[in-house]
Amino acid sequence: MNLMLYALIGLPTVAGVAALLLRGNLVRRCLLVVAALGHLGLTIAIWNQQVLPVESGQWLALDGPGKLFLGVMSLLFAASALYCFGYLERENLDLLAGRTDSTNESEQIFIGCLLFFEAAMTLVTMSQHFGLLWVAIEATTLASAPLIYFHRHNRSLEATWKYLLICSVGIALALMGVFLLAVAATGTTKGQEPIPLTVMDLISAAAAGKLDHSWLHIGFLFVLVGFGTKMGLAPMHNALPDADSEAPSAVGALLSGALLNCAFLGILRYYQVCAAAGEGAFCQQLFIIFGLLSMAVAGAFIIGQGDFRRLLAYSSIEHMGIICLAVGIGGPVDASLGFASSGIAASCGAFAAALHSVNHSLTKAALFLLSGNIRHFYNSRVAADVRGAVHSIPWTGGLWVACILAIVGVPPFGPFLSEFLVLKAALDQGQYFIAILYLLLLAVVFVGMTSVALSMAFGKPPEGEREATAPEPIWAVAPPAVLCLLVVALGLYLPEQLKTALVDAAAAWGVGK
Amino acid sequence: MMLELVLVFVMLTTLAVTGAGRLDTCIRLVGFQGAALGLLPVLLAMSGGEQGTLDTAAHTGWENAGWRVLLLALVGFVLKGLIFPGLLLHSLRAADVRHDVEPVIGFGTSLMAAVLILAGSFWLAANMKLPHEATSKLILPAALSTTLIGLLIIVIRRTAITQTVGYLVMENGIYIFGIAMASEQPFLVEMGVLLDVFVAVFVMGIIIFHISRDFDERADVDQLSELKD
Amino acid sequence: MNWLGLIPAGLALLLSPLLLGILNQVKAKFAGRDGAPFLQPYYTIWKLLHKGAVYSRTTTWVFRAGPIIGLAAIMATLVLLPIGGCPSLLSFQGDLIVFAYLLGLARFVTILAALDTGSAFEGMGASREATYSAIAEPALLLGLAALAHALPGGVVVPDHLAGLGVTAMHDASLSNLLLGLTMAHWMKLGVVIALVAMAFWIVTLVENCRVPFDDPNTHLELTMIHEVMVLDHSGPDFAFITYGACLKLWVLGSLVVGLLLPFHTGMLYVDLPVAILGMFAMAAAVGVVESVIARVRFVYVPQLLVAAVVLSAFALALQYGVPTP
Repeated sequence: MNLMLYALIGLPTVAGVAALLLRGNLVRRCLLVVAALGHLGLTIAIWNQQVLPVESGQWLALDGPGKLFLGVMSLLFAASALYCFGYLERENLDLLAGRTDSTNESEQIFIGCLLFFEAAMTLVTMSQHFGLLWVAIEATTLASAPLIYFHRHNRSLEATWKYLLICSVGIALALMGVFLLAVAATGTTKGQEPIPLTVMDLISAAAAGKLDHSWLHIGFLFVLVGFGTKMGLAPMHNALPDADSEAPSAVGALLSGALLNCAFLGILRYYQVCAAAGEGAFCQQLFIIFGLLSMAVAGAFIIGQGDFRRLLAYSSIEHMGIICLAVGIGGPVDASLGFASSGIAASCGAFAAALHSVNHSLTKAALFLLSGNIRHFYNSRVAADVRGAVHSIPWTGGLWVACILAIVGVPPFGPFLSEFLVLKAALDQGQYFIAILYLLLLAVVFVGMTSVALSMAFGKPPEGEREATAPEPIWAVAPPAVLCLLVVALGLYLPEQLKTALVDAAAAWGVGK
Repeated sequence: MMLELVLVFVMLTTLAVTGAGRLDTCIRLVGFQGAALGLLPVLLAMSGGEQGTLDTAAHTGWENAGWRVLLLALVGFVLKGLIFPGLLLHSLRAADVRHDVEPVIGFGTSLMAAVLILAGSFWLAANMKLPHEATSKLILPAALSTTLIGLLIIVIRRTAITQTVGYLVMENGIYIFGIAMASEQPFLVEMGVLLDVFVAVFVMGIIIFHISRDFDERADVDQLSELKD
Repeated sequence: MNWLGLIPAGLALLLSPLLLGILNQVKAKFAGRDGAPFLQPYYTIWKLLHKGAVYSRTTTWVFRAGPIIGLAAIMATLVLLPIGGCPSLLSFQGDLIVFAYLLGLARFVTILAALDTGSAFEGMGASREATYSAIAEPALLLGLAALAHALPGGVVVPDHLAGLGVTAMHDASLSNLLLGLTMAHWMKLGVVIALVAMAFWIVTLVENCRVPFDDPNTHLELTMIHEVMVLDHSGPDFAFITYGACLKLWVLGSLVVGLLLPFHTGMLYVDLPVAILGMFAMAAAVGVVESVIARVRFVYVPQLLVAAVVLSAFALALQYGVPTP
């Protein structure tokens, strides 16, 4: 098992180094695709294995949440890598044809950093030690910053700077939170053995009452604010819209789909320790507040949003808010969501959070990839310039409509199911006020997004030199199509293996009130 | 005594960075601060061995660390005292900027704000009850004030380079806290943290160079305000 | 009332113009000139006292009273100030506040007299002086507060001081601060005292209108601060002002010297010469500072003064962290 873990991290790292050293764009692109597919293969192999319980003192291990997020991230990366294969070629041709007004970053750095980014995210999902987790999350920031600056113009430079600085500051605050956790874990009696900062050890120490509660509170606040900056929780969300919208679409897909989950994983690990110490209620209240606030802020900015990439970024903020809210609602451990044989059961809210993170990641990645196609065809990022996508670029337009409907929560797509489960969890516990607020904010976002995005798909295409329909290369359509199909499938049927994985993940977060 | 001198020096350099107008002065000051911080693990280990000025023996966990302490001190000294300021000075020369612009609230007001934060962190540190006594009563105020003043610098300054300096100051503050409070942590974590900050500064330096090249000379972050809703 | 206190007061009255002479000599030597003789300020004051005064028709009694009250205020501070190991004439609880305010009174009447002339130059100088003092005074007070916190009163009078007639160490008294400071204090609270000494040094420079805040040798009215305020005084009034300036340098400088030279053996004939030599060294140091650095631009002076305030405030804040002896 350990060998597999090392291989999962090692493969992208080695490939990244190789990409920096090799010559030839085609070779590098092939390397990217091969590495991504290899990573996906290893992940599928790990999914087929049994999840072993994590031992004490282990720094690298794959537990329930880690496995889930690793699976999603690997799938997304494979889709993005396939998309990038053609995307980079198209960018090159555009540059030579003089269609773009700015230069591009060298492909060497882009592909290298992309692979390092995957390695860092893999490390995040596997880290059981808080210090290592912190190092990995900071590494994701550093690896992704050059990716945002692919198109070299002022706006992307501004986005890169904001992203780098704001995320680094946030993550520095999270480091303070990790140190505060260490202080909480030093214990009240002198001379005792220090508790290692791994999740399992801290959970058992917390259950034994050895952790100092006031320090846990302060530390959780720091970690929530710190990693929340990266995750996009309002009011720390400022870096997200700029970064996600200025980055190339494949990178945006990864940032929104995979990175936000990794940041949330950091917060959730701390939550696991707090919950074991009996402070779960305090943390859940904070989750609810930040979740609702994120949804509200996102809704405010989605209405009347002119740039469709920023629209998607704000939608990510909203969905992160939903996931946060779901964990906050939690609920009593629901036996119907478990398996009698393995004895694992999860709470409805936590299960909804896990399911929603999967649904959101798949849908958002598809949307970002499609937005890249739209932007290329219409040569504009403003939604008002885009009309009649269903006629001009039929595949992209059709998938765009489907995915937009998915992301706002229309059945039969996956996000409808998970958002419904969140509502059910809230109503089950009598949290009527939260449920009403939740529905209201969902409605606001529904109206805002559909009015902008659907009008892009229909209507008459603008006059001009555009051909009636443009050829859509397979690499631009296939990855989003596959993701969209998965989202539809998840809305109709939940395969057993996935359900087990979701319950495993949710069981870690599902300590109810 | 030596420990207290170093901590006071760190706090003074933090205040000086808040008030400094010239960019290379800021960078050099944060370099001095980092160099002083490199000595901190060694000083803590030395004073953890004696009884100190407190009645109960301070439990720092450094006593038997030996060579690790020296290695961490050396790496910290080299990275924070030499390499980080070196990287930033290199970007500064490439960007060819000399003077900083006024912070958003003015130099005098920002110095006053920094002093208020300093006083506040002394008060806060006096009211926090730690699980075990720290070696010196100055460590917690120094850590808190450096972190918060670093955050203040990032918020109120307008040049990209001073924002990076502010980030370094903030990281220094968190480093003090980590070394003093969480000293049982394996030093691998500290090394990882240092490495991360190194790469961060490296990447920031490159971006600063691009900012200075693409925007007007002054690398004024105020100009980075095109993206908004 | 400790009659031994007449010694420090007498020394101040006698030797303060010599400080100015030393200062000017040091500046001259730096500039490669021979410079005026050491006793030149005495001759200047003597000459001025024998001249007649000219008063503008636009001035009132305020203008005539300004120099007199100013000199009186500064001479009053001499009553409170010990030097070396020698106690002052008067010492009571809280006398350092009286000290600070007497200096403030002297500054106030100077500004009033300047405004009384109705001239634009004097008014400009007065406003600048007021601004600088507004920022420098907190530095002085905070530094004194930090010292008072570090050396609280009510302790047993040490033997060598009891022999000199000191009956009690009052709280917040200059005598307590300057006489009670020993090497032991430096060992324990050295950082605090060093910070306060640095703040006091900056305050000395700004209150005496020295470079880097004001150039005493400038002849351009637009750039003057202190000289322009006293531009219209002549004769004995100007003698009083010059003498008052020398005394002010002595008074503020003795604060710095007292902090930096905490040797009190109890034998006056050892302590006093050491202290006097310290004062001369301080005057030389001011001369060196004047020769070596340039005057700071007006807009940056508040920054420097705020730095002094920050140093004093920091020294005060540090009291919470450093254990008191």
